[in-house]
Amino acid sequence: MINLENISFDHCIKCTVCTIYCPVARNTHLFPGPKQSGPDAERLRIKNPRLVDASLKYCTNCKRCEIACPSNVKIADIIQDAKWKYTRVFWFRPRDFFMSRTDLAGSAATMFAPLVNFVVSLTIVKLLMEFFLRIPSARAFPTYNNGTFTSWFKKIRGHQGGFKNRVTYFHGCFVNYNKRSLGEDLVRVLNSMKIGVDVVREKCCGVPLIANGYLTRARKNARYNIASLSEQKKSNSGIIVTTSSSCAFALKHEYANLLGLDNSAIYSNTEYITKYLFDRFEDGNIPDMKPVHIRAAYHAPCHLERLGGVMYTIDILKRIPGLDLVILNSECCGIAGTYGFKKEYYKVSQDIGQHLFKLIDRANPEYVITDCETCAMQIEMNTQYQVIHPVTLLAMALK
Amino acid sequence: MRTIETDVIIIGGGATGAGTVRDLSLRGIRAVLVEKDDIAFGTTGRNHGLLHSGARYAVNDLESARECISENRILKKIAAHCIEDTGGLFVTLPEDERTYHDRLLEGCRQAGIKAEEISAREAFSIEPNLNRSIIRAIKVPDGTIDPFRLAASNVLDAVEHGALILTHTRVTGVIVEGTRVAGITCEKDPGELINIRGRLVINAAGVWGQHICSLAGIELTMYPSKGSMVIIDYRINGVVVNRCRKPSDGDIIVPGDTVSLIGTTSKKIDYDKIEYLNVDDDEIEVLLRDGEKLIPNLSRTRVLRAYCGVRPLVDTPGKQAGGRSISRGIVLIDHEERDGLEGLLTIAGGKLMTYRLMAEMASDMTCLKLGIKAECSTHKQPLPGSETKISPKKHIRAFTGIPESVVGSTLYRHGQRVRNILKKDKKNYRIICECEMVTEGEVEYALKNLNVKDIVDLRRRTRIGMGPCQGELCAYRAAGLFKELGPGNQSVKSSQLLRDFLEERWKGIKPVLWGDSLREAEFTYWIYQGLFGLGDIDFTKRHGPDEGGDR
Ligand SMILES: Cc1cc2nc3c(=O)[nH]c(=O)nc-3n(C[C@H](O)[C@H](O)[C@H](O)COP(=O)(O)OP(=O)(O)OC[C@H]3O[C@@H](n4cnc5c(N)ncnc54)[C@H](O)[C@@H]3O)c2cc1C
Ligand code: SF4
Ligand code: SF4
Repeated sequence: MINLENISFDHCIKCTVCTIYCPVARNTHLFPGPKQSGPDAERLRIKNPRLVDASLKYCTNCKRCEIACPSNVKIADIIQDAKWKYTRVFWFRPRDFFMSRTDLAGSAATMFAPLVNFVVSLTIVKLLMEFFLRIPSARAFPTYNNGTFTSWFKKIRGHQGGFKNRVTYFHGCFVNYNKRSLGEDLVRVLNSMKIGVDVVREKCCGVPLIANGYLTRARKNARYNIASLSEQKKSNSGIIVTTSSSCAFALKHEYANLLGLDNSAIYSNTEYITKYLFDRFEDGNIPDMKPVHIRAAYHAPCHLERLGGVMYTIDILKRIPGLDLVILNSECCGIAGTYGFKKEYYKVSQDIGQHLFKLIDRANPEYVITDCETCAMQIEMNTQYQVIHPVTLLAMALK
Repeated sequence: MRTIETDVIIIGGGATGAGTVRDLSLRGIRAVLVEKDDIAFGTTGRNHGLLHSGARYAVNDLESARECISENRILKKIAAHCIEDTGGLFVTLPEDERTYHDRLLEGCRQAGIKAEEISAREAFSIEPNLNRSIIRAIKVPDGTIDPFRLAASNVLDAVEHGALILTHTRVTGVIVEGTRVAGITCEKDPGELINIRGRLVINAAGVWGQHICSLAGIELTMYPSKGSMVIIDYRINGVVVNRCRKPSDGDIIVPGDTVSLIGTTSKKIDYDKIEYLNVDDDEIEVLLRDGEKLIPNLSRTRVLRAYCGVRPLVDTPGKQAGGRSISRGIVLIDHEERDGLEGLLTIAGGKLMTYRLMAEMASDMTCLKLGIKAECSTHKQPLPGSETKISPKKHIRAFTGIPESVVGSTLYRHGQRVRNILKKDKKNYRIICECEMVTEGEVEYALKNLNVKDIVDLRRRTRIGMGPCQGELCAYRAAGLFKELGPGNQSVKSSQLLRDFLEERWKGIKPVLWGDSLREAEFTYWIYQGLFGLGDIDFTKRHGPDEGGDR
């Protein structure tokens, strides 16, 4: 019957602002938008679960609607919840299974990274994947590291023990398997500020699992992470940082609101990295930096906006000497994690991104900066610019 | 002046009148129904739509209980699309008298109502939002019934069998020739006078029956008893929840379509007040306070509106009067026998859910009076929309491409007739009312087939404007469609239809103006007054008396 925890739909005053802000509804008539799919339809689903609309699947869970809502309706949560509670999902979904197991796929791929990267880039393989797995052949894939971040970290762990002040770094799957260099950059930046890094055993934060409807699995991972992270808290500064805005969002909000778990043990001391750096900078702990002489455009990821973290990233960027920064208007890039990797959503995903790509072109930067790994993939695939993480830019500025 | 000749004239388009005109038409008797406002405008549209199992009467009024359970079974068959077989519970709270529970069980046994004692745990699994401190529970075959749909499909069937329905036509006089009633005079909305002559007049005007009788020069005394109800934003309960105690205020919560209703109060009022009803603050307070005892979550839920109706209780000699202790039995009066006035029957009292039985009784008497031999078939013949068993799954599949919520909601409202409404043409399923999923196609169907004169009537056929926004988003769209598809009579401007509709909604919102309802109302005001300046338009036509708000 009714999930009494989430009756925020009752506060909706039907102003429709959310639908104006929904990137999906703006680009396809197949999705009626957050108002109708969320608070409106929830009343109907409570009456009869059979009234659930198949169109819910188009929601990317970008949360832009929630940012816009003046009534604090948890629109995207309502939609995600309904999507998996009421629609019948076929259990055999090999593509969704592998896409959502980023850690499983990652740990296998990193072992044979050059080979995997090569094979995946072959046209014939792409066509086969399109045919059998409904993964669009036009889609560029992230490349895998040769070796994981954690194996690299093992080598430098001893050195980190030398710092009295240490934070726990939740690196996430992307850093571990695809972009080890970002993790390395973070360690360099923090070390330069006399802060050490601890890494604990972690599982995928659960964002791709939630997006693909593997909620039980996501809950399992979440419990593991909460336990593991709160254990480590005891032996360092107690602060947990991430370099992925979506991981941070999951740890802080999705665990409690969507998965219904108690994350109070980590809630208040988990921070997206730029918030943490901002606080240190305010305390006067600013690393020595040299001018970078770069023109860059900054794209704010949707989940970081929802987290309220964009202003911290912008503040950090503004402190980098010699950075000519263009802050792009807020637009969704369209990829939404695994969404843009699916044939049925590929066109919508690309259409959503066009607005952003145009803005980037107009800004004429050398680099694009963004906090989110999948936004970066989308922008790199659709524009000619290299995309870097704010922490990487900081690392570039270190003396 | 227009004159219409017919066999039987029925006054009143409530459930009773609608049922009677259908019954007679199915028997092949010519009939005309006259209603001063709209179908289900009276008490029929102002109750909580409980399909009684009879258990509520099992302790005090076995006769009513028996009528209820027998009609309950019939209606589930013939009016399936107007009914939801939700089931119901009677729950005892710690402060309630314990013995009532056993007396209820015993009464149900005597009346032949399947009532089953269940554990509190079982009750929670049936109704998770129930107060956790209940001590005993009984399961009964209660259900819900949509009065608008019920009345409208009876009328639709009557029309399809040759009856004539005149809505927005007020009976102004009864033509008496000697000791015989020969017909009525009435006035159609903008001053058009009509004479209707027939062999028999049936007074089915509910509580207004007293007035009709006075027009015929005879006396009939009603005991108007006002009952108020409160509507909650969403369906907070899935089954009917009754408090297991002597019937009193605020002891029932009925799920009705997308909302829940808390009922009800009982206040004796003077007959001359029945046109000017208002829900009083103390009634709302009692309803919310006692409703919360059944379902604690009510306190955190938005209240959409409050409305009230008048029970048409008839003063019959021998029966004790006043409030709820008097029997709600059916009263069929042959005025020839009672007053020496030939050609007039009054059918009143009873309940919404005994409408069919009341119609059958009135029609049987009609046949007797007119010397016609024709059997009643309404207990077997399904209403239009309920012809065959409805399978939502099959229908949703048949309309692939149209959103499931649209197909499901239309099907829920119109049963089998969904096939006359939905088309896979995008314009057809454009959504006009986003809260209740009313489409342009449904509005068009209602405008063309269901005798709709204004947006308020349209609401009774479709649920337009009955959701949380109370017309904020659908009102102007509906007004636009009226212009495009509405009845030929365009003497009334769509902007006026819009204003009247919003005014009607406003009456029911006013008593519950706090919290989210207030925010919503502010927003609506901002759109229609701030943006459109609707209140500044001068409509020369005067407004009717305050009708006290509607469901
Ligand atoms: C608060 C409350 C709750 C109730 N709950 C339930 C319930 O849950 N279940 C249930 O089964 N019953 C319930 N009832 C009882 C039920 O609503 C009524 O018994 C039933 O609707 C009466 O229908 P009717 O057709 O006889 O009268 P009405 O619906 O009142 O119809 C009379 C019609 O006559 C018309 N009329 C009047 N004067 C004229 C005129 N001069 N010319 C032309 N037309 C005229 C009126 O406009 C009106 O439409 C409830 C009643 C109340 C008050
Ligand atoms: S989460 Fe994003 S895609 Fe989903 S409804 Fe909200 S704005 Fe639209
Ligand atoms: S923005 Fe919020 S209040 Fe406005 S329609 Fe959307 S959910 Fe409702």
